[in-house]
Amino acid sequence: MISIQLLMIDVWFGLEKLLLIGAIISFSLVVAMYTTFAERKIAGFMQDRRGPNRAGPFGLLQPLADGLKLFFKEEIIPLTSNKSLFVVGPALAMLTAMLTSAVIPWGNQIEIAGRTVSLQVADVNIGILYVFGVVSLGVYGIMIGGWSSNNKFSLLAAVRGASQIISYELAMGLSLISLLLMTGSLSLKTIVEQQMQGGWGGLLGWNILYQPFAFLIFLICVFAECNRTPFDLPEAENELNFGYHQEYSSMKLGLYLFSEYVNMFISSAVVSTLFFGGYDIPFVNEVELANSIGVNMVALLGFLTFFAKIAFFLFVFIWVRWTIPRFRYDQLMDLGWKKLIPLALANLLITAVVILALNK
Amino acid sequence: MGVLTNRAKTLEQKPMTFWESLYLPAIFKGMAITFGHMFRKKPTINYPEQKRPFSPVFRGLHVLNRDAEGRENCTACGLCAVACPAEAITMEAAERQVGEEHLYREEKYAAKYEINMLRCIFCGLCEEACPKDAIYLSETFAPSDFTRKGFVYGKENLLIPHPVNEKEKYEMARGQREQQLKNK
Repeated sequence: MISIQLLMIDVWFGLEKLLLIGAIISFSLVVAMYTTFAERKIAGFMQDRRGPNRAGPFGLLQPLADGLKLFFKEEIIPLTSNKSLFVVGPALAMLTAMLTSAVIPWGNQIEIAGRTVSLQVADVNIGILYVFGVVSLGVYGIMIGGWSSNNKFSLLAAVRGASQIISYELAMGLSLISLLLMTGSLSLKTIVEQQMQGGWGGLLGWNILYQPFAFLIFLICVFAECNRTPFDLPEAENELNFGYHQEYSSMKLGLYLFSEYVNMFISSAVVSTLFFGGYDIPFVNEVELANSIGVNMVALLGFLTFFAKIAFFLFVFIWVRWTIPRFRYDQLMDLGWKKLIPLALANLLITAVVILALNK
Repeated sequence: MGVLTNRAKTLEQKPMTFWESLYLPAIFKGMAITFGHMFRKKPTINYPEQKRPFSPVFRGLHVLNRDAEGRENCTACGLCAVACPAEAITMEAAERQVGEEHLYREEKYAAKYEINMLRCIFCGLCEEACPKDAIYLSETFAPSDFTRKGFVYGKENLLIPHPVNEKEKYEMARGQREQQLKNK
């Protein structure tokens, strides 16, 4: 009897979450799709070109054409490769890229037919730890892809990529600890709500104002984690002979390239959540606004604000890529181990001392 | 060894200052430059919609000319084929029959007139050689094709539209010809 009652509750809860997951995944994919378009368009603009403008108005159908092309390409699985792992690699890369989206609060709750629905798949109290865990798993996509190809260049690239991601994870974690010292919580939702308490409708509460160094280090590490320029050594086509996806073709290659953009999207979401107030609308007191225009509208506006922040960071990703050249491998390691980690440690120490002195 | 020229410069390679070794100021400077370029005017010409204007003396596809009544000017004398350095022109002459006076201006005409556009170097010597103003080079160029055969242009491709029966098309084909002649 009890189990049936539990089930009845769970059906709605499960449906809600399923819908949310579906919405978030499709949203991330669409955004990632159009990030590829934005990448090419902005690259064009920055080089005084026009970028893709043939498919559809302003070339807006270009990502569809790209996707179709990838689907119709010949699928090649090398004879000497480890076939099952060769297939698993890109799937894993995509999976780990999408997994992080589960703990990100995409907006405040909405009310549908008397039910309060949270716009977050799972408000786990160790949200940031979960993010780090999944990000570490991202290495497997690269490693398995490179190793199962049974090609020494792919393997070298995979090793390069893996060591890069592992190195920068350290500085990334350390930079975040100083942030966590301030917030005292690992839940992303709590961190956003704390930032919303600040003055000027939340703007003065944003963590970027208190932890600019942590933000800078975190951002640099995020670039490295996403394999973006200037840290795109795992896929340096011209001087390092492509990368771990050298043997891949068709949509498997597409998944690898695509997961990079999903990663970018999710990382931008994490950065905006941690340092830029997440779905907080600056200069607006959300609680007062909710009384006048309703909770759902506020949630929508909050989501749009969040998306604007994400879009800004996506632009920064692209902007940086078309500005600076890539690092040499020793410079990359030098920056990660000798500069960022000591800086993050110093930042952590100073934060700890200040918090102790203020006796917060 | 001494300095060989007075243009030699000694490069000073100082170690980076602290500010430079941060890289970030230089990166921001670079980002400002790339951002500035985003709003520049783009020099691209959107090809199929926009076309770059040709010079007034441009030598494009050949046109076989007709006179004002629509009779073909060509008498198949073969001077153009002789003048052609690329040997792109082939022709076969035929005699005008009674009743064909409205088609051909003189007693002899070209039954077959072919120009291989892949051989042609568009030098315009055929136009200069022609005593009858029967061939001239127009303002367009040959469109792409999938086969070599498609580039051998016969009379049906080369002849200008009839000035009486297809007046509009004729005007269009003439285009800037009068202007061109004035410039020459």
